[in-house]
Amino acid sequence: MITSLETARHPETLKRVCIEPLTRVEGHGKVTLLLDEDNHIRQARLHVVEFRGFEKFIQGRPYWELPVLVQRLCGICPVSHHLAAAKACDQLIGVDQLTPTAEKVRRLMHLGQTLQSHALHFFHLASPDLLFGFDDPVAHRNIVGVIQDHPQIATQGVLLRKFGQEVIRITAGKRVHGTGALPGGVNKHVSLAERDELQKDIDQVVDWAEGAVQLIKRIFLANSDFHYRFGAVDANTLGLIAPDGSHELYHGGLRVRGPDGKTLLDHQDYQDYERVIHEEIKDWSYMKFPFLTQLGPELGWYRVGPLARVNNCDSFHTPLAEQERQDFAAAGEGRPLQAALATHWARLIELLHCAEAIRELLLDSDLQGTELRLKGEMREKGIGVIEAPRGTLFHHYEINGDGLVTRANLIVSTTNNNQAMNTAIRQVAGEFLDGRELTEPLLNQIEVAIRAYDPCLSCATHAMGRMPLDLELCDAEGKRIDRLCRHPDGTVERPSATTAD
Amino acid sequence: MSHSFTLDGRELPFVPGQTIMAAAQAAGVYIPHLCHNPDYAPHGSCRVCLVGVGRRQVSACTTPVTEGMEVDNNSEAVQDNRRAVLQMLFAEGNHICPVCERSGNCQLQAVAYYTGMLAPHYPPFFPRRPVDASHPDFIIDFGRCILCELCVRASRDHDGKRVFAISGRGLASHLVIDSESGLLGDSCFAVTDRAAHVCPTGAILPKHKGFERPIGERLYDREPISTVGDLRAHEDEVD
Repeated sequence: MITSLETARHPETLKRVCIEPLTRVEGHGKVTLLLDEDNHIRQARLHVVEFRGFEKFIQGRPYWELPVLVQRLCGICPVSHHLAAAKACDQLIGVDQLTPTAEKVRRLMHLGQTLQSHALHFFHLASPDLLFGFDDPVAHRNIVGVIQDHPQIATQGVLLRKFGQEVIRITAGKRVHGTGALPGGVNKHVSLAERDELQKDIDQVVDWAEGAVQLIKRIFLANSDFHYRFGAVDANTLGLIAPDGSHELYHGGLRVRGPDGKTLLDHQDYQDYERVIHEEIKDWSYMKFPFLTQLGPELGWYRVGPLARVNNCDSFHTPLAEQERQDFAAAGEGRPLQAALATHWARLIELLHCAEAIRELLLDSDLQGTELRLKGEMREKGIGVIEAPRGTLFHHYEINGDGLVTRANLIVSTTNNNQAMNTAIRQVAGEFLDGRELTEPLLNQIEVAIRAYDPCLSCATHAMGRMPLDLELCDAEGKRIDRLCRHPDGTVERPSATTAD
Repeated sequence: MSHSFTLDGRELPFVPGQTIMAAAQAAGVYIPHLCHNPDYAPHGSCRVCLVGVGRRQVSACTTPVTEGMEVDNNSEAVQDNRRAVLQMLFAEGNHICPVCERSGNCQLQAVAYYTGMLAPHYPPFFPRRPVDASHPDFIIDFGRCILCELCVRASRDHDGKRVFAISGRGLASHLVIDSESGLLGDSCFAVTDRAAHVCPTGAILPKHKGFERPIGERLYDREPISTVGDLRAHEDEVD
């Protein structure tokens, strides 16, 4: 049933319903549903309609630009691209092991990134569905509604994200699109003053993160029959894993488990990813469909991200997250949880883990070390893999003898989840929408299933330094009601507020 | 007998033969510029140092001061034209500051900030100019060249080598390298050349070194170019 919904036999005879744009996801995508005259779903597809040309236009660029250049793929989790590219560049310059300071600063940056991204997704994007219900009026089912009805939850979400952004600023120089990671290391350490700045808030952050896990657990288990079924698709799971089998975000081997939890591949060196994963192209989406080579395209598609990682790992090395993981695993009764909304639960366990791991790392004096960067013998090929907030992220670059990029391949987390998301919407369409008159709340169920994967398609730009800025606040009619200017010398001025141009 | 002229209403001394730029710099007054470097003959090509003299706007780096001259260095009319010139320089090349390793140490970016350039204005040309990375120590990103000829002058007048020249005319003008292949790696260019350390943009760059100075510690992160000038813009290039 689910597979057959990919392509209808006679689409020309069917009604078309399009959800465009998908809301509360990062970037632009759409869903098309084809229905027969009795409103039975005959086809359901998630289309990603943006085109990414990065692999092409970085050809001919110097390799040392890559961590800064390629992170511009995204404004939500640029640190993931920054670090994956930096790891690939480590390989290009022949560095297999960073200095302790460099590795720990990068890990701290990545934990801050994952924490802020998970907080953004849960509190800003997903919580309106979960707190108010899928059929809540659309004008209320958003972050403003959360702020009005649950100000404490909304505030915690904003401040959790802010803390993660501060970790990024301190390690990368800017909250968005920093420059901290270089080929072979980092360009700064964490000073004692910077460490103290983070330490003063970290206990509160851990408490809030723990509260968030309890909140999602209550929501999930309060309507468990529905939540276990909604968007549940049996998927293989793929992700990095630490040498001892524990949860890992920055570096490790690949582990693949089947839908029943059986391990199919373990501690696989990701330098061999091209042998492990192939990509299929379909003519109705710009996004490729990766699959595990050993299982083929029909059976080899897989899920990445929080749900995959928490299902895949044997433990967390931080105690509170490990306790929560055990509760999560117990809910699956011996099988990996496959429900779409369990992703939120897994995501918040990871949020808690990040907060705990940051607290632990801030005590490590290696962060204040001065050995920042290593160099080795140049190589022609570099592959860097990292667990981005949304899942496993592959960066692969090849350079010529002059150090210019000749080939690049990026498999981003959302691409890895392509088939899983498509299968999830077909499950929701087939089970919850089939044969019914389609309404906004019903269509929102499709979006809820996609939103659980937190697909990320967006990018943003930010400025820094002495750049002049002119900020205008306008009312609904476009009339300026306030204005703030920053001049090149850094002074800030508020010219007459109501002057209309 | 001392000589004087007026710059933005302030009376300043000058020595006969001095340009407006030289007299202003001697008095500690900043006039934005890119192709000007006091070590080399004035060039007047970038037009960023436009100042108002009477009813005309002239390049400060090539115009001699005269007794009693009244120079406008700060009016909105002058800044508007400087901004327009900079907007055109940005549109002609591939000046993508967010991903450029010179960002924060770049004179072109810093001068644009100084003049209040908020964003690109003209449709960009997006020229296709491949990077020359054939030299073991330096690369040339031709997409960032603004044809200021500072490298041409430094190589010729200081290094005694003539590695660089400008070829073509008008929009087709471009930087060329004196080697049989046209590649930097086949020329006599060396890391110790003065020409390696005068580029006001990110066109001539050392290899393997980008982004080493953290954000917040780069030259123009802390002070505007009108305060710190441009002499230290290349200090990170030498190990």
